Amino acid sequence: MSALTFTLKCKPDQRVDMSPLVCQKLADMTLAEIGALTLQNGKRKVRVDQLFDVTGSDAQDIVIKNSFSKLDFIGKELEGGRITIEGDAGAYLGLGMKSGEIAVLGDVGLYAACEMKKGFITVNGNAGDFLGAALPGNKMGMKGGTILVKGNVGERAGDHMRRGNILIEGSAGDYCGSRMTAGTIAVMGQTGNYLGYAMRRGTLLLWNQPQASARFNDCGAHTLAFLPILFASFKKLNSKFADSSASFNRVRRYAGDMSEMGRGEVLVKIS
Amino acid sequence: MIINGVAIDATFAEAFPMKATRAIITAQNEKWAMISAQAMTGFATSVIACGCEAGIERVLDPSETPDGRPGVSIMIFAMGGKGLAKQLETRAGQCVLTSPTSALFAGIDGGTRIALGKNLRYFGDGFQVAKLIDGKRYWRIPVMDGEFLAEATTGQVDAVGGGNFLVLAESQPQALAACEAAIEEMRKIPNVIMPFPGGVVRSGSKVGSKYKALGASTNDAFCPTLKGMTKTDLSPEVESVMEIVIDGLSKEDIDKAMRVGIQAVCDLGAANGIKRISAGNYGGKLGPFHFHLQEIMA
Repeated sequence: MSALTFTLKCKPDQRVDMSPLVCQKLADMTLAEIGALTLQNGKRKVRVDQLFDVTGSDAQDIVIKNSFSKLDFIGKELEGGRITIEGDAGAYLGLGMKSGEIAVLGDVGLYAACEMKKGFITVNGNAGDFLGAALPGNKMGMKGGTILVKGNVGERAGDHMRRGNILIEGSAGDYCGSRMTAGTIAVMGQTGNYLGYAMRRGTLLLWNQPQASARFNDCGAHTLAFLPILFASFKKLNSKFADSSASFNRVRRYAGDMSEMGRGEVLVKIS
Repeated sequence: MIINGVAIDATFAEAFPMKATRAIITAQNEKWAMISAQAMTGFATSVIACGCEAGIERVLDPSETPDGRPGVSIMIFAMGGKGLAKQLETRAGQCVLTSPTSALFAGIDGGTRIALGKNLRYFGDGFQVAKLIDGKRYWRIPVMDGEFLAEATTGQVDAVGGGNFLVLAESQPQALAACEAAIEEMRKIPNVIMPFPGGVVRSGSKVGSKYKALGASTNDAFCPTLKGMTKTDLSPEVESVMEIVIDGLSKEDIDKAMRVGIQAVCDLGAANGIKRISAGNYGGKLGPFHFHLQEIMA
């Protein structure tokens, strides 16, 4: 069976809510039925076949071609299957995703993987603010799964994060790991200001020394036994994190945010 | 049946169902992994009074352990799941948590999950950290030498305990030498332990006793000093009997271990004073698993 492919005919001026086009909702539907589905486009509704050429048949393997930054809510609450986005994705990619896999060849917008529960998301480009965060007003961000970003991420990555891994090959913006409750964020590049702001628990694993903060206390240099196991779990990824040269177990440990619960940690690679 | 001059009795060993688990102990080097493993499996020869039967299964190469350090695989057997969980937790807390540089991991992925480091985490007094990696939860417990890393749970599975055979020899040194040769070969078999000291037991027991308080007592039919005063099972030339007890994850595992063990004894043969191989047969009173010696060696 060939992948169920949505090829965007032209770029609409208004944003498009793509949440109906997930694997579990399209299973057992004919191409005609899929084409007749309606998507919210700005303040009006449009048929899928007005926006996309729809081909293929395997609803467990969806491909979105010519995607651009106004296609929001791709993979919302995805339950199994795979979505490949050839191009950029808009906001709320993989919102509340339950399982499955999303691969984005370009960039993603705000709130990617927010409140994600399980599954795997790869972003080949950059990600916007609030990656893996909670929706505004909510107290629980990402609860499981793994997000791999090969580029840079914006501000507030992992805000209110509860569990799971966010792996960033590039750099992270300000407030990375803010209000984090648990989980792991690994950043190979640089980090911005206010790292781990109001963080309660969780791990920020850094390759480069962050800006000094009075809210984190130096606990000294250590060899931590869990790090080889963590790196071993990255081996299957198509990422710099899978390189054996990327793994280490000697770190300097900073505990914080001491203005909060203070059970979180920033682990900085000792080279 | 006679192999190399050694008579194989037409009898069977009786074994009984148990619950078992496996854990992997790693440390900075094999020496300290072994010290920790020996402590954890100490005083665990028989469920009669130890609460469990435990032993070292094998030494693990760093490539076989979760954290890439030298390790030792240990197995614990008990009569029930509740008792097994209690023994595992107590022993892990007192013998592995305390042992320098150690870390503790599950040795069985499936089965019923029982606590390994799950409750030891409270030793961390609130400073403990959980990490969920590849679906497995680990606890990082701060201790004075750094961090003690323990997987939260390990698997409990149905198992078989009490497989055995008896080595009847013309002298005590010859019986012991034969048992040592058997144990060396049996330790190469996976999924089994021989829980007695050095794998060998010289005080094999029978079911029951003249004393009401005791459920087991000396196996007088195989005691050479009682040959003239009890219904003995020994011929005049047998001066010493030793037993090897095997616990395993399945009947097939015990079959394999018994086969290589008995073969090693028979390789020494009558020329080295080995007269017979027998087994602890309790007339069906002890357990439902029967290991027929002649079938195993056929």
